[in-house]
Amino acid sequence: MVTFIIRRLIGTVFILLLVAAITFAIFFLLPRLAGETAYGLATQYVGRNPTPAAVHQMEQTLGFNEPLYVQFGRYIKAIVAGEHYQGQWCGPPCLGYSFKNQQPVWPQMISDVPVTLSIAIGAAVLWLIGGVTIGVISALKRGTIFDRLSMSVALAGVSLPVFFTGLIALELFSYKWPIFPNVQYVAITQNPYLWAKNLVLPWIVLAFLYAALYARLTRAGMLETLNEDYIRTARAKGLRERTVIIKHALRAALTPIVTIFGLDLGLLLGGAILTEVTFSMHGLGLFTVEAINNQDFPEIMGVTLLAAFFIIIANLIVDILYSVLDPRVRY
Amino acid sequence: MAPLLEVEDLRIHFQTDDGLVKAVDGVSFSLDRGRTLGIVGESGSGKSVTSLGIMGLNRGSNAKTTGKIRLDGEQLVGADQSRVQHLRGAKMAMIFQDPLSSLHPYYKVGDQIIEAHRAHHPGVTKKDARHRTIDMLRRVGIPEPAVRVDDYPHQFSGGMRQRVMIAMALVNNPELLIADEPTTALDVTVQAQILDLISDLQSEFGSAVIMITHDLGVVAELSDDILVMYAGRPAEYGSAADIFGRPEHPYTWGLLSSMPRLDRERTTRLVPIPGTPPSLIRVPAGCPFHPRCRYTELVGGRRCATEVPPLREAVTPGHAAACHLTAEERARQWAKLSAGRVPDDATAPGADEAAEEPGAREPV
Repeated sequence: MVTFIIRRLIGTVFILLLVAAITFAIFFLLPRLAGETAYGLATQYVGRNPTPAAVHQMEQTLGFNEPLYVQFGRYIKAIVAGEHYQGQWCGPPCLGYSFKNQQPVWPQMISDVPVTLSIAIGAAVLWLIGGVTIGVISALKRGTIFDRLSMSVALAGVSLPVFFTGLIALELFSYKWPIFPNVQYVAITQNPYLWAKNLVLPWIVLAFLYAALYARLTRAGMLETLNEDYIRTARAKGLRERTVIIKHALRAALTPIVTIFGLDLGLLLGGAILTEVTFSMHGLGLFTVEAINNQDFPEIMGVTLLAAFFIIIANLIVDILYSVLDPRVRY
Repeated sequence: MAPLLEVEDLRIHFQTDDGLVKAVDGVSFSLDRGRTLGIVGESGSGKSVTSLGIMGLNRGSNAKTTGKIRLDGEQLVGADQSRVQHLRGAKMAMIFQDPLSSLHPYYKVGDQIIEAHRAHHPGVTKKDARHRTIDMLRRVGIPEPAVRVDDYPHQFSGGMRQRVMIAMALVNNPELLIADEPTTALDVTVQAQILDLISDLQSEFGSAVIMITHDLGVVAELSDDILVMYAGRPAEYGSAADIFGRPEHPYTWGLLSSMPRLDRERTTRLVPIPGTPPSLIRVPAGCPFHPRCRYTELVGGRRCATEVPPLREAVTPGHAAACHLTAEERARQWAKLSAGRVPDDATAPGADEAAEEPGAREPV
């Protein structure tokens, strides 16, 4: 098990290198292949109507004249060891400087992580509890009104985008009936009550989308497990129905849910883009959107790497959890 | 003393989209403590549904159960669910066909047995239950039970898993043990071991056993009484000696003649029963076996196709068959068959056609 984790962590480094290389190639190699010159590339970074001297200056600063592998090597080296840049020290992990404000990318990006983390974790707890509960009840009451109603609502949940349900929620609960007025992110260290209160709407809106999916998955899983022979055995033992359902059926039905949960959460930690935009909360999602709008390549590179890191770690945790959940899985 | 288990006119019907499935249709038998009843029949003859019905496990599958099931005098049909649940695993226990899928893959076998014990003995500590579990595993012949108790089902071989299932079923000293094809999924060499084990434990615990199987060899070895079922109905019921010595129902004859025997010449041909078992939605009118029966012409008129034969004692008390043939005719036909003579029509084309009547077909 320990060897497995160590092996996977080493693998993680290689995957991140690969992701970095691909992202780097997309932004710096592809334009070259398309015939763009170093001068032309540099032009994009110096604002409107630049003087040739300024462009050359930028070309030098960014090292566009050097071979690409040197540029890439310098990029990776900065991440590991940090670097000096125009008299400033950028400590590791140094992901370069934002074109927008000439500030290091990492501190700006990392300051947005708590926002995304707050939204994602809170919503995840909600959708996991809500989705699984509804799914189990639906499976047990298969074919009843509850089942049909909750599955229809679930279908709606899957189909409606967050910016739609989010705006409706804001209109109703923030403006018409101001239960949650003035929704904005407040740090938990600053005011835990306001933090939670302002996050209620984003949590519910985001959880609605995922809970729907999870309810359907849980329902299908439960219906399948309830037909298993070992459920019949559990009943034959004279166990209470509640024990049969929760300890024997749900336990087995949860395994695939855990897999997809890890992936969903990992993906979301890289930025809950639609939710953050809808509720104007500046997390990694908004950070990404702004980086793309500004063509701020160092920022895009940084956020891509961070998102990849989250997904890989989430996958690792899923794999470890799997072997805990299912004793037949051993690494 | 009253028998431990009395089943009277048990009927279990399932409402499905295709129609009413009469899985069990009027089964009666009784079973004393320490005795073994073998229930024999082809797939779909209602043996398993009968046993699940006794355990109250047909629930949730829109089964409609009528008739009487009395365990130690207590009527179970229509009884309170929690009461039946209380008896399940304590007074009556069951082992199933496939021990791998019947054990929960995620829990240690020891924990599964401990759970079965503590469900009915809430006062017992985990430690004591564990001791009892290890003791049970030893008694069913698991080597190193104190170590194996912490293994998962997938770490056991098929025969060992079935031993675990038996330990789990017997952990609460049940008075009734139902074994639903306990050896079907096992290697032939292991089958005999498991049957011996069940038989040994039965004499040790004094339980009554219902052995459900399609394998006449299994019931011959273990059973005191035998119930032969066909299309959800009893075809023949009697002591093992009677059923094997002088069977009275053509279906039982068919089962016996289709079984290879070591005491016959190798050249003796096995005689299969023509056709396939009927759909339980459209059970043939009259005797359900008549489309596959070779002897309908020996019965006057078309009685076999129109009149349901009642299960009645013909010659020996306690030995009953549901057949329109007269006792003399049955004795004559069985004498011919047991002398090794293949029925004249066994290879005749008419035999198969008889089974191809619409009512005899499985729905597609």
